[in-house]
Amino acid sequence: MDIYVVMKQTFDTEEKIIIEDGKVSEDGVQYVINPYDEYAVEEAIQKRDERGGSVHVISVGPDRTSEALRTALAMGADEAVLISDERIGSDENTISKVLASYLGSQKFDLILGGYFSVDNGAGQVAIRLAQLLDIPHVGSITKLDISEDKAKADRDAEGDLEQVEVTLPAVFTAQQGLNEPRYPSLPGIMKAKRKPLKQLTLDDLDIEETELSPKTARTALSLPPQKEAGQILKGETADQVKELVEKLRHDEKVL
Amino acid sequence: MSKILVVAEHRDGVLRQVTYEAIQAATLSSAENDQLHVAVIGHQLESLTESLSRIDAEKVYLTDHPDLQQYNPEAYATALKQVIDASNPDGIIFGHTAIGRDLAPIISAKIDAGQISDVTNIENVDDQVVFTRPIYAGKAFEKKVFQSSPWVVTIRPNNISAADPSDGKAEVENIEYAKPASLRTVIQDVVRNTSGKVDLSEAKIVVSGGRGVKSADGFKPLQELADLLGGAVGASRGACDADYCDYSLQIGQTGKVVTPEVYIACGISGAIQHVAGMSQSKIIVAINKDPEAPIFKIADYGIVGDLFEVVPLLTEEFKKVLG
Repeated sequence: MDIYVVMKQTFDTEEKIIIEDGKVSEDGVQYVINPYDEYAVEEAIQKRDERGGSVHVISVGPDRTSEALRTALAMGADEAVLISDERIGSDENTISKVLASYLGSQKFDLILGGYFSVDNGAGQVAIRLAQLLDIPHVGSITKLDISEDKAKADRDAEGDLEQVEVTLPAVFTAQQGLNEPRYPSLPGIMKAKRKPLKQLTLDDLDIEETELSPKTARTALSLPPQKEAGQILKGETADQVKELVEKLRHDEKVL
Repeated sequence: MSKILVVAEHRDGVLRQVTYEAIQAATLSSAENDQLHVAVIGHQLESLTESLSRIDAEKVYLTDHPDLQQYNPEAYATALKQVIDASNPDGIIFGHTAIGRDLAPIISAKIDAGQISDVTNIENVDDQVVFTRPIYAGKAFEKKVFQSSPWVVTIRPNNISAADPSDGKAEVENIEYAKPASLRTVIQDVVRNTSGKVDLSEAKIVVSGGRGVKSADGFKPLQELADLLGGAVGASRGACDADYCDYSLQIGQTGKVVTPEVYIACGISGAIQHVAGMSQSKIIVAINKDPEAPIFKIADYGIVGDLFEVVPLLTEEFKKVLG
């Protein structure tokens, strides 16, 4: 079975955000595979190990993204594709069209991706991709079972659990709880160096630059307002609790 | 004159709060003579009559069909596309909810629209509608505009003040659901989360537990306090990783981002990833044994103490004063 994982390289979640010249500073920043995409990579490897076939990881991003793809290869993916081109903007509409253009010419049974990216957080690309490829999707899954040409998935819907069956090929987006992503092993890292990592530009794809004009634009970027240091209550615990309730009700008027 | 379509959500026979917030968002995104349209999709919508009669819009489109009883992305996208064809809106607004997050990108791709997700504020600057949204789970905020129409927006619950339900004068139009030739998606079962009575992303009060709760049972006093205050229980990644609770409760950069009026953090140290998910709450209360815990740096009120002593006392005190 041919499994594609669409993934993104993001800031490590421990990074502080610094804004310089109206942009998020990338100086000295650690990058990781988007944590939700990591679940997708792990699930793809497990499904391949159960059912045979191969796992292809694919990303649209700057050159440094190849590090994240190498990590996925070291986890056990078979092949990586990086589409890197300065003409591709960061608009979700554009990225999904680029991915659809590449995947439209490939053979696949499953496409996996993260539920959303922890940097941009829009949660659009994988679902737009499903629509562009005209295949069904199940978003935010916590369990996936594959039989012949069908898949059963558990979907997390604000704490409710939806059990969904879809015909393959289909797109699934991974939610926390789906699995426990493995760490790349040393032999895995050695092997990954010899695995294919294909690098493409727009010229390799069957897509017109005119289709890629962004539909949204960022006009400003800012840090959240600083929270003022609060007040640590003092005295006997019972008195502190009384004081807190009093403050919430009368000073803050929130309860 | 342009038209904005709000995609309504309902539960148990009433419109959800986020729908009134979306109606307000539509007002904020439009000019004076623009029209408001509302799409209501589901089954046995008669139960919504009371709610619907109070929508003040030019038009309410109803699509009622047994296939639409549960959310099914293919069926809902088909139904909504029919409404869009009838309404021909310039902009479409969804809640950034389980349904909105799933359905909006399908629709955006279907109608080749730009989408701005998870919007927390809308303002008009120099005749341009500017949408604010958090990035890096609230470690930064960006303002965005559309460069084409139609456009699609999802709004985060609890951030845009809700429109007052008024005496509606909307013209109601039924749209007959034209089933797609083949549905590739089948919803086999929906298991409602019965433990959390209030949805975490919409809760005004969140009582959250971290590693300090020590076990699944340790969440009980937190749940009691949340129940009393009509709030919801959340958790830090530490508590989820330790298997004290389900990942669906996790708040943070991976997990949910919440902005309630009151956030009570119990036994949570305050790792940067967790703080990203809750720091925009209006009032933050921290209860932790460790006076050095970083959570106290962002808390409005802190109690240094054992949560198993403090939380039940807090519940008792609220019982007294709320009578």
